[in-house]
Amino acid sequence: MTLVKVMFYLLGFIVLASALFIAASKNLVRTIFMFFVTLMALAGLYVLALADFIAITQIVVYVGGVLVLMIFAFMLSGRDTLANLQAQQNHFISFSKLPALLLAIAFFIVLVNVLFRTDFNSLPWVNDAIAQKNVIAPNDAMTGNIGVSLITRYLLPFEILSILLLAALVGAAHISRKEQSA
Amino acid sequence: MINLSDFLLVSAGLFCIGLYVILTKRNSIQVLIGIELMLNAAILNLVAFGKYDKISNGGQTFALFAIVLAAATTAVALAIILNVYKKYKTIDPGKTDHLKD
Repeated sequence: MTLVKVMFYLLGFIVLASALFIAASKNLVRTIFMFFVTLMALAGLYVLALADFIAITQIVVYVGGVLVLMIFAFMLSGRDTLANLQAQQNHFISFSKLPALLLAIAFFIVLVNVLFRTDFNSLPWVNDAIAQKNVIAPNDAMTGNIGVSLITRYLLPFEILSILLLAALVGAAHISRKEQSA
Repeated sequence: MINLSDFLLVSAGLFCIGLYVILTKRNSIQVLIGIELMLNAAILNLVAFGKYDKISNGGQTFALFAIVLAAATTAVALAIILNVYKKYKTIDPGKTDHLKD
């Protein structure tokens, strides 16, 4: 049991436990702050998957942007939402939630079944990558590598993404502006 | 190092919890958080497989794209939720059941 394994299991446990807390909690503010914990632990998992640049992007974009947006939306949507939430029943597994629980568990069983039937040591493309030394080593500096491939190999998706971001920006500003009497 | 299957197991659990959150919550912001959980499970898969693609960086680049797409989605979705709240005075997706006219 190396330190990396210990860190992986710890972070994986934090991710799953905080996600379960989100599923069980009735309080919207607690949900949002537990989502913060989930995202931070996920960034740690990305580091353990040797994707440090993705981890930093996760922290900057999600924790810095998305969570602040969610807290804003919560504050702007007033106290009726809170009153609505308190009116729900106080059981984690109530009868109305049973189909959703069954569906989620059944889907999980399907996914785990597929996972345990797959032999990950004999996947052909993984073996090819190992044979051609195409595997990221823990001491590789990947950020420059990602930057180069973003501007050369993935230039078209990158530019399409920038157009989509512009469209989302204009669309969000248009939706949330005050209604004119036109 | 950590096996690929361990990452996929965590990701499968996260995806199913996100599914449960989407199906049961009666608040649009919490439904949105469920969607984000599922998206993050997908990103974790991309990153875990991206380890075996050092030269062309497929997994990590598309994980980056997915993060940016998720941020754009959230911004638009929250603008829509605020508009729905202004019109209906509730953000329960089960109660917003008629159109503008």
